[in-house]
Amino acid sequence: MAEEMRRDPDVFLMGEEVGQYQGAYKISQGLLDEFGPKRVVDTPITEMGFTGLACGAAFTGLKPIVEFMTFNFSLQAIDHILNSAAKTRYMSGGQLSCPIVFRGPNGAAARVGAQHSQDFSSWYAHCPGLKVVAPWSAADAKGLLKAAIRDPNPVVVLENELLYGQTFDVPDDPDFVLPFGQAEIVQSGRDITLVAWSRMVQVALDAAQTLKAEGIEAEVINLRSLRPLDIDTLVTSVQKTNRILTVEEGWPVAGLAAEIAAQIVERAFDWLDAPPSRVCGADVPLPYAANLEQLALPQPATVAAAARALCNRPSEGGA
Amino acid sequence: MAVKPRQPDPATPATPPPEELLRLYRSMLLIRRFEEKAGQLYGMGQINGFCHLYIGQEAVVTGMQAMAGPTDSCITSYRDHGHMLACGLDPKGVMAELTGRSGGYSRGKGGSMHMFSRDHRFYGGHGIVGAQVPLGIGLGFAHQYRGDGGVAHVYLGDGAVNQGQVYESFNMAALWKLPVVFVIENNLYAMGTASARHAAGDELCARGAAYGIPGERIDGMNVLSVRSAAARALAYARAGAGPFILEMMTYRYRGHSMSDPAKYRSKEEVSEMRDNHDPIDRLRQILQSQNVIDEAGLKEIDRTIKASVAAAADFAQTSPEPAASELWTDVLSEA
Repeated sequence: MAEEMRRDPDVFLMGEEVGQYQGAYKISQGLLDEFGPKRVVDTPITEMGFTGLACGAAFTGLKPIVEFMTFNFSLQAIDHILNSAAKTRYMSGGQLSCPIVFRGPNGAAARVGAQHSQDFSSWYAHCPGLKVVAPWSAADAKGLLKAAIRDPNPVVVLENELLYGQTFDVPDDPDFVLPFGQAEIVQSGRDITLVAWSRMVQVALDAAQTLKAEGIEAEVINLRSLRPLDIDTLVTSVQKTNRILTVEEGWPVAGLAAEIAAQIVERAFDWLDAPPSRVCGADVPLPYAANLEQLALPQPATVAAAARALCNRPSEGGA
Repeated sequence: MAVKPRQPDPATPATPPPEELLRLYRSMLLIRRFEEKAGQLYGMGQINGFCHLYIGQEAVVTGMQAMAGPTDSCITSYRDHGHMLACGLDPKGVMAELTGRSGGYSRGKGGSMHMFSRDHRFYGGHGIVGAQVPLGIGLGFAHQYRGDGGVAHVYLGDGAVNQGQVYESFNMAALWKLPVVFVIENNLYAMGTASARHAAGDELCARGAAYGIPGERIDGMNVLSVRSAAARALAYARAGAGPFILEMMTYRYRGHSMSDPAKYRSKEEVSEMRDNHDPIDRLRQILQSQNVIDEAGLKEIDRTIKASVAAAADFAQTSPEPAASELWTDVLSEA
């Protein structure tokens, strides 16, 4: 963010506690000192208001970055994200663009209960006029956020609170930009394709590790971009592995995994040796109790079990 | 319900010079004739969907725009045709948008409620009641960010003032002293619900009091009162003192939209406003009593405006529909 704010004076950050508090999750640490209160704007707790304000400013050509303390609170502002940001370019016949970034932590954190633990991937990926990305590694976070800030369209950047605490290598290049719509093959394999994004990439990698010990080589794909979706990379992978399993933190009904399954069936039906499948978050509001929370979210063991079933391998300890 | 009595203006409106009086007259008459034609085209099936006419309220946007500065911006809700004409948009492009043709401002993809012109700093045309208010303070934020001296004119109806986001906007606009004038067009009905049935408290201009935003209630059927109030409010906002609220007491003669028979008010109430408070009649009387223009001159204005509206209607019916390929364009900007 700091690099992009140095690069373009029209870029500014606004949200709750982004300035003097240095960010609820310290993402904006140091920005107020460097750029001052004009460009690092502490807002009242008023999501609908400041999201609308930022969209209005973006209509004039400014490039706001709106931080939601968590994406759960974006529900207060979703009217502006869809009706003001996503649709205005189309409704104006191409006259008015809305170059804006909506970012913040998305999905389940740890033990914060149902209202603070929801995955909005499929919600925003549903809507034309938006671009949606979900970084996993720190390099993803840098490259995708820079691409989002430089993009002339509204972009939703779904970060993850649990990933904020993990360490990855980051390229130093201030122009390290990852293109939208390109998935990353994190690990190559020939037996099954595991598709995931955000924190679920780690879950898929852990499952792949278990599977490897059993002789199943999984190809793990980090989707990175949810809209546009890099279906070509998935199709190519399925042509090699003939099986695909999507790991989605969010609810299964009308989710992104369902969309991926539909597109794979449309595009690669003849290559499939098993139905396209998915491991999703349980179809319940997220519980608080530690054991129930763990049961509600995809775990490496459940992903490995689903992969084994698709590969017609007996389950661990089974007959 | 009876029409609320209007308070006298705090300041007597200064009478503008003759050429300005004529400009105001032409602007209001253009809106009136344009909207009448839009109503006709709707009846003929040339315009469809929602169509909200501004007839009766012409003095509000006309008086405000008369005092607009060169960098000021404007945003409103879905009752937007009058605002576009007052901002200088071409009647042909507006009417062709109403008919959903390629010659429309949004090339037929927006319709009556969703029109924009960046060249005229007109930022819509928004269909969600109240949503234009935070968007509008965003325009004010941009004026302040760039230091361009502009003020955002943010229009909302008496129905929109009950939306929570309006108060979120009042708070931020006052907190950051954004250059914004909120123009509440109080036409006494939020669709079919009279003010007394939806709004607690007497004066909507006082709704900003908790945030320290000054407000005035203005006779919105008198374009000269509107004009002088606009001058005060815009000067206040432009000087960096923060937002200002103008509550314009006005009246729409037609239903909320073309599909509203307006059975929630009496014919007598409408006739009283139309016959005794009409903003165009009132200004015509001033023009005549001050000998600004004679009968022949008025007829000439009438003729010119009718011709321009007829040309707009003709264009709107002959401009081709958007090409099928337009379905897929303008969703995203090319990076």
